[in-house]
Formats: sequence, structure tokens, C-alpha cells
Amino acid sequence: MHRSAVLLLVLLGFLIAGVAVALSLKEGDPLGAPPRERARSDESAVRLARGAYIVQTAGCMDCHVPWKMFDDGPGPDLSRGLSGHPEAFVVSAPPPEPQLPWVMTSAATNTAWAGPWGVSFTANLTPDKETGIGSWTAEMFRTAIRTGRHLGRGRPILPPMPWPMYRHLTDEDLDAVFAYLQSQPAVKNRVPEPLPPAAAPAAAPSSAEPPAPH
Amino acid sequence: MTRDPATPAFETPALRGACLAVAGLLLLAGCSRDDTPPEPPTIAALAETLAETGLYAPGSLERVADGVLPYSPQYPLWTDGAAKRRWIRLPVGTAIEASDPDAWRFPVGTKLWKEFAFGRRVETRLLERLADGTWRFAAYAWSPDGREATLAPEAGVRRAHMLRPGVFHDIPSRQDCLACHGGRRDPVLGFTALQLSPDRDPLAPHAETPEPGSVDLATLKDRGWLDGHPRLDGEAAPRIAARSARERAALGYLHANCAACHTAGGPLADLGLAFDVRLGDGSASPTLAATLGRPARFRWPGAAADTALRLVAGHPETSLLYRRAASRDAAVQMPPLGTKTPDTEALELLEAWIREDLAEPVHPPRPPEE
Repeated sequence: MHRSAVLLLVLLGFLIAGVAVALSLKEGDPLGAPPRERARSDESAVRLARGAYIVQTAGCMDCHVPWKMFDDGPGPDLSRGLSGHPEAFVVSAPPPEPQLPWVMTSAATNTAWAGPWGVSFTANLTPDKETGIGSWTAEMFRTAIRTGRHLGRGRPILPPMPWPMYRHLTDEDLDAVFAYLQSQPAVKNRVPEPLPPAAAPAAAPSSAEPPAPH
Repeated sequence: MTRDPATPAFETPALRGACLAVAGLLLLAGCSRDDTPPEPPTIAALAETLAETGLYAPGSLERVADGVLPYSPQYPLWTDGAAKRRWIRLPVGTAIEASDPDAWRFPVGTKLWKEFAFGRRVETRLLERLADGTWRFAAYAWSPDGREATLAPEAGVRRAHMLRPGVFHDIPSRQDCLACHGGRRDPVLGFTALQLSPDRDPLAPHAETPEPGSVDLATLKDRGWLDGHPRLDGEAAPRIAARSARERAALGYLHANCAACHTAGGPLADLGLAFDVRLGDGSASPTLAATLGRPARFRWPGAAADTALRLVAGHPETSLLYRRAASRDAAVQMPPLGTKTPDTEALELLEAWIREDLAEPVHPPRPPEE
């Protein structure tokens, strides 16, 4: 009798453990993964949390999430995510130049900015491959922030994007931001290219128009 | 010999000897296998003056040192009309690993210099392969009187020389050096089998006459500076495959001015835009396949959001390739850095090539976007 009770308890233990493992696998609990994968998963979760923290505290959402007017005033339209300047909001020319000491004008969406550099539009930071940064690599993202150049080697990233401040983030922090951005839902939204200043400054005398071919 | 039962086993002479032998072997094994990581090679800081980099003979800022050899790529990069001189020095007894004709590997200790002059010498850039295998970049700014060149700050020098009123040549930051030179195994751009081919392109924009003593592919082979350089399709010298002399020059210009970033295997490969002529692929340029009638992701600022084409046969005015090469609006221009003045000689070549040499349009001509 005593031996049967012990056997029963052992079987019961196996049953409970089996159910626990099955439940954890069903819910995608990383504890169900082998130790190495579990460590990777933990690392990934930490990186995503770090990225979310930086994105939410470093002002990314102020400009890359378009604003709209709600009943109680303007605010970020979170339904659009970090998709940047809405392509439906077409800006074809800079607004009238403000009088000094005012130098900048921002659109109501907070996604288009006019100043001495022309008109800049906030980028689509969602992982859409065609219109966002879905085809970027972490290295490209790091280089873009460090150099202030689109794609890390293209045109200048224009004001008011504060890349001169962000360039001091560590590689780990920039990778965390990139990982977080890549984890967000992709939003198809083609942000326009920047517009040149209304009156080209002396440092850039050539206009956007190429010389007429012969 | 019998063991005293009171004596522990490990204290018997035989076992003591065995233990000592094992310990000795372990000690020897430990000595012979050095588990400590090797000391990283000592890398000297960048020299504060150009003279200290080894470019010039002692006491001179004109005559280069022994072992420093000039070279001249057949398709030069456009830098707003700068007159350029270039030199290379390989450590004595070393050679370039050249088994891949499109990606030479340079030995540790290699140095390359490139001088930029606008009426006077303005800057000289240095590219150096260090003892740990990495490369470093530096620029030396010449004093207006040309009597010294000192290390430029890492952030570069804005407005280093006035090109024309309001427009200046900037000495690039070291990060900007990487914009063109990064993303490849060895960052050397103008010292390649194609660029140093003795079969130089006479129609190349801004083609230079190599100064006396310049090395090219043939002299490099003669000097034994190339290891494993393959014989390429039996050709005497590398040459871009093209349907006309003008097309050859146009493809060569695009190779030199665009392919630093736009290569099939580079960081921007996802754009599907490549201009690099690969000798290993039969010396054909991928340019036409990547551009002719192909839609671009880029939209001209202020233009309607329809599709624009990279290259429209017969129509330079609607070809983004031509329009961006002609623009110096910072948001539009190509290349995006290193130039503030359109290259009119190259634009004439590109225009004639697009208008006259290319086949009939594969797409109907499109009206201007503005």
C-alpha cells in the first residue's frame, strides 16, 4: 500500500510537469525553449524594451508620429505609428518666410518643417520595405545617425532632426532603437523628398533644376 | 620494496615519482600551449604633419620619398575640378593579393595619399592599413602658403577653400570618408585592375596623363606586386565592354563616380542599383540593366507622386540619373557629397550617350515632372 502511494505520487508529478510544459509551449513561453534560445529571447526582449524606452523618451514620437486635431486639441495620431509625414498632405512649396527673429515654421502635423534649409519632412520609421526602413540594416541605421546622412551615405538629414545629439548614443542603444522600430507594424506611407529653400542660399547657388541639355 | 601500511599511497616513492612526472608533463604542456591572448599590435597615433607620414623625401614637401610611387586612375572621381595627385607605398617585400581582380587585398602597412589642389594645394588625404588589419583615414590641410600640411580635425574642415564666391571646398570628416570608402573589405577605390589598365580610355572625362614613373597594371605585375592576378579572358588589358567608345566612357564615369555606394553587393544593394564594372563578370557594366526603363524609389521634390524612371533612352531631361548628376541641390544631387559644382564635361558625355547611343526607348518618353 505504501509503495503504491509513492508510485501514484511520482506519476502525478510527471503529469503536472507535462501539463506545465505543454501549456508553456502553447503560450510561446520562452521557458519552453532550450537554454540557448531562451537566453537569446531574453536578450531580445531586453533590447526591445530598451529601444522602446529610448524612442518614447528621446522625442522620436514628437515628430515621426503625425499630429491631428482631437476634440480637446492637437495630439499624436497613434494609429499611424511612426510613419512620418503623411503622403496625402502634399506640400509643394515652402510657406512664406517668417520675419526675424522667427526662422522656422512647422506644419500642424508636426511632420513638415520649413527653415533656411528648405522644407524637411519626417521619415517613415516603420518597417515597410518600400517606404519605411524595412530594408535597412542596423549598420545603416547606426551610420545614418552618426553621419547625419540618409541611408548612412546619402543626402544630409535636415533640421530639426537632432542627429548631432543622437550620434552620441552607444552602438547598443542605437541597435536597440532599430530593433524596436523594426518590431512595429509596417505602415505604407511614402514621405516626399525635402524641398529646396525658396531662395537658394549663396552656399548652394544651383537650383534643383538641372541645366538644360544641349 | 613493500609499502609501510601507515604510509598513504600517494607518499610512496613510486607514486610520488609518477605524480611528479605527470605534473612535469602538465607543466610542459602548459608552457608549450600559450593560452594568453596575443598582445594587440602597437599602433602609433596619426602623425600631426603630412611630412611625418612618409610621403616626402626628408626635408622636402615636393619630392616624394623612395618607394612612394605615383598612379593615376583612368576614370577620375570628380571633385569640383580639383587637380589631383596620388601615390602608393607598399611595405618592402610585400604584394597585393590580387586573385579577385575586383577586390584587391592590400598588405598591412600599405599607404595611399591623394592630393587635392585648386590653384594651390588644399588637402592631402591618407589611407593606411594598420598592423591589426584595419584601415584608417586622415586628411592633412595645407597652409595657404603651401609650407606645411597639418592633420585636419576628425570632424573635417568646413570652408577650407573658396571655389567661387559663396561656394567652398570642405575637407571631409573621417565619418564622411567612410560614406564612400566604407562597406567593402578593403576601402581602396581608385587603385584597381580596371582603373590602372594600360588600355586607358581616351574619352574619359578629365582623363589625366600619368606623371613619369606612375605604376599601372603592367608595371605592378612586372614589379611582382600582384599575387595571383588572373589572366582575364585572354585580354591584354582590362577594358569596359561597351557598344561604342562613348558608352565605354560613360559607363567608366559612372563606375568611378557612383559605384562607391551603388554596387551589387554593397550596403545599398537593396536599391537594386549597381554601376560597378566587374572584370570577373566579363568587364560588363550592370548600369543599363539596373537603370534603363527601371522605376526609381526617389521622387523629385515637389513632383507628382507617380513613378520616375532612372534612365529613359533618348531623353536625358526625364532620366533621373542625368538630372541628379546635374543638380547640386543637396537633397537631390548625385553624388551626395564631395562636390558642389556640376561636372559639365561629364554631363555632356552622359547627355550624348543617353540621347544618341542608347537604343530606342523601352518605355515611351515621359513629360517633365515639374
